[in-house]
Amino acid sequence: MTSIPSVPNQNTRLARFLLVLRDVMARPSGAIGLALVFAHLILALISPMIVPYDYKAMNSAMMLTGPEATHWLGTDHLGRDVFTRVLLGGREALLVTGIATPIAVTWGGFVGIFFGLVGGRIDEVMMRVVDAFLSLPWILKMLVLIVTFGTGIEVLIPTLAFFYGVPVIRIARAATHDVVARDFVSAARARGHGRMTIIRRELLPNVLDTLMVEGAMRWSWMLLAFSSLSFLGFGVSPPTPDWGLMIADARGFMSFAPWGVLGPVIALSSLIIGINLTADALAKALGIDRAQKAPV
Amino acid sequence: MTQSVIDIRNISVGFTGKSGATLPVLRNIDLSVAEGESIGIVGESGSGKSTLALAAMGYLKRGLRLLDGSVVFRGQDMFSRTRPELEKIRGGELALIPQNSGQSLTPTLRIGAQLIEALRLHSSVPASDHVAKATELLGQVRLPDPKAIMSRFPHELSGGQQQRVALAMALAGEPHALLLDEPTTGLDVTTQAHILELLRDIARERGMAMVYVSHDLGAIARVCNRVVVMYAGEVILKGTTRQVLKAPVHPYARGLLASIPRLADHHLPVALDGRPPAPGGAGNGCSFVDRCALAQDRCRSERPDLAGLPSGELVRCFFYEQAEQLALAGNGAVPIQIAADGVPALQLDDLSISYHQPGLLDKFLGRSEAHVATVDDIDVTVQRGETLGLVGESGSGKSTILKSVAGLLPPAGGNITVAGGEALAPNVESRPPDHLRRIQMIFQNPDDSLNPRHTVAELLEQPLRLYFGLAGQALHDRSVEILDRVRLGGHYLDRLPSQLSGGEKQRIAIARAFAADPDLVLCDEVTSALDVSVQAAVLDLLNELKEKQGTTYVFVSHDLAVVKALSDRVAVLYQGRLCEVGPSDQVYATPSHPYTEVLLGAVLEPDPDTAPTLAADDVVELSPPAQGCPFQRRCPRKIGAICDTEIPPWHEGSDGHAIRCHLGIDELAAVQATQAAE
Amino acid sequence: MLRMLLRRLFLGAVTVAIVSVIIFSGVELLPGDSCTAFLEREAKGKLLENCREAQGLNRGPVERYVDWAASAVQGDLGVSANGQKSITELVGNRLKNSLLLAACSLALGVPLAIFLGVVTGLWRDRPIDLTLSTLAIFAMTIPEFVSATLLILLFSIWLGWLPGIVLTPAHAPASEFFPEILLPVLVLTMVMTAHILRMVRSSVIEVMAGDYVQMATLKGVPYWRIVFRHALPNALLPAINVVALTIAWLLGGVVVIEVVFNYPGLGRMMIDSISDRDLPVVQAIALIVATVYVGVNLSADLLTMIANPRLRTLHMRRQ
Repeated sequence: MTSIPSVPNQNTRLARFLLVLRDVMARPSGAIGLALVFAHLILALISPMIVPYDYKAMNSAMMLTGPEATHWLGTDHLGRDVFTRVLLGGREALLVTGIATPIAVTWGGFVGIFFGLVGGRIDEVMMRVVDAFLSLPWILKMLVLIVTFGTGIEVLIPTLAFFYGVPVIRIARAATHDVVARDFVSAARARGHGRMTIIRRELLPNVLDTLMVEGAMRWSWMLLAFSSLSFLGFGVSPPTPDWGLMIADARGFMSFAPWGVLGPVIALSSLIIGINLTADALAKALGIDRAQKAPV
Repeated sequence: MTQSVIDIRNISVGFTGKSGATLPVLRNIDLSVAEGESIGIVGESGSGKSTLALAAMGYLKRGLRLLDGSVVFRGQDMFSRTRPELEKIRGGELALIPQNSGQSLTPTLRIGAQLIEALRLHSSVPASDHVAKATELLGQVRLPDPKAIMSRFPHELSGGQQQRVALAMALAGEPHALLLDEPTTGLDVTTQAHILELLRDIARERGMAMVYVSHDLGAIARVCNRVVVMYAGEVILKGTTRQVLKAPVHPYARGLLASIPRLADHHLPVALDGRPPAPGGAGNGCSFVDRCALAQDRCRSERPDLAGLPSGELVRCFFYEQAEQLALAGNGAVPIQIAADGVPALQLDDLSISYHQPGLLDKFLGRSEAHVATVDDIDVTVQRGETLGLVGESGSGKSTILKSVAGLLPPAGGNITVAGGEALAPNVESRPPDHLRRIQMIFQNPDDSLNPRHTVAELLEQPLRLYFGLAGQALHDRSVEILDRVRLGGHYLDRLPSQLSGGEKQRIAIARAFAADPDLVLCDEVTSALDVSVQAAVLDLLNELKEKQGTTYVFVSHDLAVVKALSDRVAVLYQGRLCEVGPSDQVYATPSHPYTEVLLGAVLEPDPDTAPTLAADDVVELSPPAQGCPFQRRCPRKIGAICDTEIPPWHEGSDGHAIRCHLGIDELAAVQATQAAE
Repeated sequence: MLRMLLRRLFLGAVTVAIVSVIIFSGVELLPGDSCTAFLEREAKGKLLENCREAQGLNRGPVERYVDWAASAVQGDLGVSANGQKSITELVGNRLKNSLLLAACSLALGVPLAIFLGVVTGLWRDRPIDLTLSTLAIFAMTIPEFVSATLLILLFSIWLGWLPGIVLTPAHAPASEFFPEILLPVLVLTMVMTAHILRMVRSSVIEVMAGDYVQMATLKGVPYWRIVFRHALPNALLPAINVVALTIAWLLGGVVVIEVVFNYPGLGRMMIDSISDRDLPVVQAIALIVATVYVGVNLSADLLTMIANPRLRTLHMRRQ
C-alpha cells in the first residue's frame, strides 16, 4: 500500500477482525459457542479416521443393545454401532450447509445492497417478489424441488443456497437503507463515483457486519432445515449416517431403547446451539441487536 | 445572605473506564443557588454541565456514580433520599426542562394526559379541576389554543411548542427551583428568543430559582444573574453575568468569548486551539494548561484552587491578573475579499425544487393535485472568489438548494450554470468529470459524511484517484500535502474517523473537498455540529484556504453571526423563497425585508446589555402559502390583501442589494425608523 | 388513514397475486402433471390424452392460470388429482385442525412470552434474566423434532402422563383432540415463547433506557407507573409484528411437528400431497398459506399503525 506508517497502524481490516474475535471470545457465549463449532468442524474432518467401526456394518446378533464397553452408545435396529454413526452423522450436513451458506449470503447480500441503493419503483417491486417468496413455507419450496430432482448434494446445495438467500435480500436491503441515508454516500455520489464503487467502498464495509451475523444465523437455520428434511425422509439416503435420519429411525424404538436417540440429539443440538451462541456473541461484539429481528 | 435552595457541596462524579480506573466527570464542584436566583452553567461539550444539572436532582446516568460530596435541596440530602421521597421532590419542588422535549415526552400519551399526571402527582389541585388547571397551564406558557393542544400527541407539536409543554409540566408542581438543560438548543432563533422571554417572565413572576445549563452564552446573558464557567469537569470561573461576559478573568473564558462570532463586526472570531482533556486526562496540573497562552511551569505541576477575588468572583487560575492581556473579541482576521472579477462562478436561474413525487397509487387512480414547490423562484449569481451566505430558519430550503447544485436532488425547473456559462446537468450521474471536480460539497456533520470504516488515507485517496488518477508515492505525497494544508500532519493518515475529535473530523472533510482542487465549494452548516471554540478554527481555516486557492463559497448556516463573519454577500430565504439579497454589510446594517428584520432582531448576543426584539409571532409553518408573499402569515409589516394574493416584486437598491416586498426599500426604512422613534 | 388502508390492501393483493404466479409457474416447471401422477405407469398415449382433455390440461398455461386464479378467488380450489375430490372440502378439515393447534399455542405462548420478556427486560443482567435468556436460546435453537422427541420420551414414555401421538381422525370435532393435542402445543409454545421473549426483552431494555423514561423518573413518576403507563405501551408495539410472523409460521411451517405427532393439520397434508405428486392440492395449500402470511402481516402493520400515534399521523400527513 501507499501509506508509510508513521505510527504503528492498528486500523487494518485484519486488526479489526482480530479485535472483534477477541471480543467474541471474551464473552461466555462466544467462547462456548466457538469451542462447540470448532469441535464439530474438527470431528467432521477427522472422524473417518478415528471411528471404531464401519458405519454400514450390520450385525443381526446385536440389534438395539444398550451402551456397553464395545459399543459406547449401543447399536441401532440393524445392529450398527451408534457411536460410529454419530461421529460421522454431521459430515454431510456440514458439507452442504458449509457451501450453501456463503453462497446464500453473498448473492442475497449483493442483491439486497443493490436494490437498497437503487431504491424507487424497481426496489418496491423487488420487495413484493421477495415477500411473495417468503410467504411460502420453506419446507414446501424445498420439498417440491427435492421430490422432483432427488436428494443429492448437487440438488441440495443450490436449493438451500437459493431459498436461504431470499430473506438475506431483505436484511441487506434494510441495512443498506440505513447507510444510504448517511452523508458519506451522498458525498461519494456528489464526487461522481459509479454505482459499483459506491457499493464496494461505501456500502459493503458498513453492511458487512450485519451480513456476517446474518450468515451465522442462516447457517444454523440451514442445518435445521437439512436435518429436518432427513428426519422426514427427504434428505440423506440410507445407509449414509445422518443425525436427523438417525433420530427418525431410533424414535420407533424409543419406548424400549431410548438411548438410541440421545447420541444424535446431543450431537445435532450442540452444533446448532454452538452456532447460535457464536452468532449472539458476534452480534453483541459488533453492536447489532439480533433479538430485534424477527425470524423469517 | 439569602437562604440557598440548592446547595451542591464538593461533588465529584465519575465512571469506571475500560482499564478499571475511576475517571472523574465532575471534580469537587461547589455551587449554591439562592431563592429566586437564576444561575447559568456554561461549558462546551464534555465539560460536565449536564451531568451537574442532573446530579442536582440526585440523578446520575447509568454507569456514573457519586465519588464524593453531597447535594442538598431545601435541607434534604438528595443522594440519601429513598425513592418515594425523591419521587415527591422531583417534578414537584424541583423540576427539570430537558434538552430535547420532543424525545422526553412519552410518545404514546396525549399532552393532556401527561400534564394531568403531573398535576395528580405533584399538586393539591382536586382531580375534578385537573383538566381546567392543565388548560390554564398551557395558556400560561403562551401556547395558542390550549384546548386543542391537550388532545395532541407530542410529535404533532413543533419543537418550540414541545418545549413550552415541558415548561407547563414543570410548572404543574409549582417548583421552587427549575433546572434547564440546554432548553433552546436546536430551536430556531426566533423560537429561542420567544422561549427565553417566557422563561424570564415566569421566573420573575413566581420567584423561582433557575439553573440554566447551556453552551450558548447569548442565552445565558439573557436569563441569568450569575454565571459559572465549567471546563473539563471543573468550575473555573464564577461571577455575575456582567463580570463573566464583559471582563472575564480566566484565560479559557476569554478565549471562549473571543471565539464567538458577533453580528456587530465583520471579523473572524479568534480560534481557541486544542481540545479539553478526556475524563481522567487532566493530570496533576491545571486542566486548561495545554491550550492556555499564560501557562507556566507551575500550571503543569500544581492544580490551582478556586480563589475568591475582592470583586466577589471565583477563579481557578494562578495568573488571572494577566488574563486581561488576552483579547476578548474583535481582533480576529478580517475575512479576505478576493476582488470579484465579475465572472459568475455560479448562477441559479428561476430554480425550483420539489420533494413531492406522485405515488404509484396516485398515478393508478389518476390523481394529481397541485403541489407547492419546496423551493421556488430562486435567482442568484455568485461571483468568482466571492462568498455567498445563505441564511434562513429550519425548513427554509437552504440546504435543499445546495443539494440541487451538487446534483443530489434534481431541480423541478430552472437552470444552474457554472463559470464559462456551462449549464450543469440536473443529475450528478450525467455530469462530466470536470464539472464534478469543480464543485465540491462539505456536509454538516463529519460523523455522517466520513465513512467510519475508512482511514484518513482512504478518505483522501478517493478524490485524488478519481479526478487526478494519482497512485503510489504521488498519491501519498499529495495526501500529506493536503493534510498539512488543513493543519493536520501526515501522521493522521492511518487514523479512523472515530479516533479524531469533532474539529479534526471536519478538517478531514474540508481536506477531502479541497483535494479535488475545486472552483466552488458548497458548505452546508459546516460548523453547527461543532463547539464554538472549534467552530472559530474551522472558519479560520476556510478563510485561509479561500485566500490561497481563490475558491468561491456558498455558505449555508442558520447562525446569522457565523454567516456574517465569512460572507461577502448574503441571501435570506423564507419557506424556500428569496426575501433579500445583497452585500452582507448592507443586509446586516439596515435590515430592509421584514423577515430579515425579525430574524436579526431575535439574535442573542453574549452581552447582558442587549435584548432581542420580538417582531413576529413564533409560528412554525409547515409549507409555504399557495399564493402571495411567503411571509404573509407572520409579517409585522403586512399592508393588506395584496400580500396574500400577489407575489411581491423585487426592489433594487445600491450594490446589487435587492428585497422582495410590496413595500420599497425606502418605504420599509421609513416604517422601521418611525417605529424605532416611538 | 383510509387511503393508507387502501394502499396497504392493494400492496397485499399484489403480493398474493405474485405468489399465485410463483406457485403456478413453479408447479408448471416441474416435469409431469397431475395426469401422469394419477395414471402412473399407464400415463401414455390415448389414456393420457383423454385424462388431460378431461382436466383441461391441454390448454395454454396462461389460460389455465387465469382459470385457476379466478376460481380460487371464488373459493373453489379445484379437484385433487387422485380421486377427483373437491380440494376446498379436503383442505377445510385440515385447516380447522391447524387453526386449533395454532390457537392453543398462541393462547398459551403469547401472554407467557410477553410476561417473561418484560420480566427479563426490567431485571436485565440479573440471575432471572440470565437463566431465562439462556433457556430461550436453547428452546429456540434446538430443532423442533428433537425437542418433540425428548418431550415424548419424558411425558409419554417415562412418566406416561400424556399421549405421545394423535390418533383422532382429521374430521373429528375440536374437543376430541384433547388431551392428544397437548404435547404438540407444548413444543410449539416453547419455540414461539423463546422468539417473542427475546424480542420483547430487547424492546423493553431499549425503551427503559430512552429519554422519556429518564424524564418520567425526573418528573417524579413512581417506578411501576413509568413501566406500565410510559414504557410498556411503546415497548410492546414491535411485539405485534413478531406475533404475526408466529401466526403465519404456526399455520404453514409446523410440518415437522405435525409429522412427529401424527397431527392431521395442513402441514401433513402438504407433505403427503407432495409425496403423492397431487399438484392441485399442493397448489391450493401453498396459496392458502401464502394468503394467511400476507394477511396476518398486513393486519399487524395496520394494528401497529393504529396503536402508534406517531405512525398514524405520519401516514396521514404523507398521504
